[in-house]
Amino acid sequence: MPLLEVKGLEKSFGGLKAITDLSFSVPEGQIFSIIGPNGAGKTTLFNLLTNIYRPTKGSIFFNKKDITKLPPFKIAALGISRTFQNLQVFMNMNVVENVMVGCHLRSKSGLFASAFRLPSVIAEEKRVRDMALEALEFCGLKYYSSQPASALPYGILKKLEIARALASKPRLLLMDEPAAGLNDTETMELCRLIEAIRDSGITVLLVEHNMGLVMEISQTVLVLNYGRLLATGPPRDIQKNPEVIAAYLGEG
Amino acid sequence: MKRLLGFYIFSFITLVLPILFPDNYYVTVVGLTVLINISLAVSLNLLMGYAGQISLGHAAFFGLGAYSSAIFTIKYGFSPWTAITFGLLIVFLLSYILSRPILKLKGHYLAMATLGLGIIVHIFFVQADEITGGPDGISGLPTLSIFGFPIDTDLKWYFVFALFMLITVLLSLNIADSRAGRALSAVHGSEIAAQMMGIDTAKVKSHIFVFSALIACIAGSLFAHQQNFVSPESFSFFFSIELVTMVVLGGLGSTFGAVVGAFILSILPELLIVFEDFEVLIFGAILMVIMIFLPEGLFVAIKNKVSYLAFKRSKKEVANATS
Repeated sequence: MPLLEVKGLEKSFGGLKAITDLSFSVPEGQIFSIIGPNGAGKTTLFNLLTNIYRPTKGSIFFNKKDITKLPPFKIAALGISRTFQNLQVFMNMNVVENVMVGCHLRSKSGLFASAFRLPSVIAEEKRVRDMALEALEFCGLKYYSSQPASALPYGILKKLEIARALASKPRLLLMDEPAAGLNDTETMELCRLIEAIRDSGITVLLVEHNMGLVMEISQTVLVLNYGRLLATGPPRDIQKNPEVIAAYLGEG
Repeated sequence: MKRLLGFYIFSFITLVLPILFPDNYYVTVVGLTVLINISLAVSLNLLMGYAGQISLGHAAFFGLGAYSSAIFTIKYGFSPWTAITFGLLIVFLLSYILSRPILKLKGHYLAMATLGLGIIVHIFFVQADEITGGPDGISGLPTLSIFGFPIDTDLKWYFVFALFMLITVLLSLNIADSRAGRALSAVHGSEIAAQMMGIDTAKVKSHIFVFSALIACIAGSLFAHQQNFVSPESFSFFFSIELVTMVVLGGLGSTFGAVVGAFILSILPELLIVFEDFEVLIFGAILMVIMIFLPEGLFVAIKNKVSYLAFKRSKKEVANATS
């Protein structure tokens, strides 16, 4: 049974069709990668899945539930989390606080209880901090927990976004170019981290340009070109697909 | 204990000052203005500093609180506490209804909308003279009693204002270190990421807008009873701007930043009176110098500097210990 199912998805910005008649499904427990040349519509697809953009046509099902028209925070509550291509770290907080925001869905004290610091809030604060530290440890960031986010280098911030997303205990994690701007060592570490995330039972939907990384860790690869599905299948088949080669290298 | 250490020291100073100097002009007269301004700046900081939503109309809620107390006690003969409750109800409904549409706006547009709100309420105070007394205002509010204890001297008012201000500061500090406070900071940091973490950003913004308006409303009621008089000029657009300046001057997003900003902006004009005609000029120059050299705000800049020095020192100690 697929965890995520996309049916006839379409998105146009004015006259430009960013996504055209796209259908695919993501089985649970996989690392599912989406590749394609720049401007193929990969990030647009992520923004459609999380309803930051509203689709022009088509529908999206998560765990058999229609999420096409749900606001992003409700989609998050169902168990989808994501990281961003252009970092969206909360620069006005420190590392552990960033990840504690990720625990928002797993805690519940409201403004009133917080303002008066009811006993339930004190207990919850401790619990949330522990959950956040656990996520930081998983991503190898525990050392940085009390540092302000604004003082950290790019590579760490990328991991911080992953830790924050994991802290919400999602069923599906969307990662938008996690390897962009990382050096080879950092990319290797990222490979292991993504595999560890999958092994912990979270399905990973990955948009990535680093072909080495994609081919090494994915179970399924989907190729987008000009907003259309070009091919989908296991990495080995994709690498041999003549249409994919043409799209990437230009027709000879 | 450690979390609130600053608060305890601050409370101690605030409450001891009038005991040491009960007849000092700066404590019992200027002090009252300082205390009410701190409450207002701290409440505005919840919205502006924590959630990152500017409001140029905060004085409107302050004014609505004050006018509700005046109108319901004098014109309709209600008791002061009933009038305060009515004021809270009015401000609650108004701010709740307005919050969602207004806070959908961002940046300059939000500034414009809140500015409009402030101006409309001010025009209402000036023009609706049958209810509000027009430009002359309303005078002769009854004495406020707390548990049957009449608040009839400036010194007593000092303690009432101080208590209210300290409660506001405490609530603000509590919110900062909590799930709700982090949700607000997340909205400030990146609204898109906040939504993806499951935060209903529209709801969070609306709640803090109402909360901050209610604090301003109570401050207004207390202010009206203490002054024994309300008039539109206390709640004009200029006062809203002054409140924004207090928050920015002390340091956006920091409760004690708002405290420091409100303190400086309330006390400075008093100190500059000696310069007579040049008062406003020097006042402006001081603000400019602070904002140019300490753009993150006076209190926040000093706090960062201190923690940086402490960090350097601890690094040095570690280095010494290991070598």
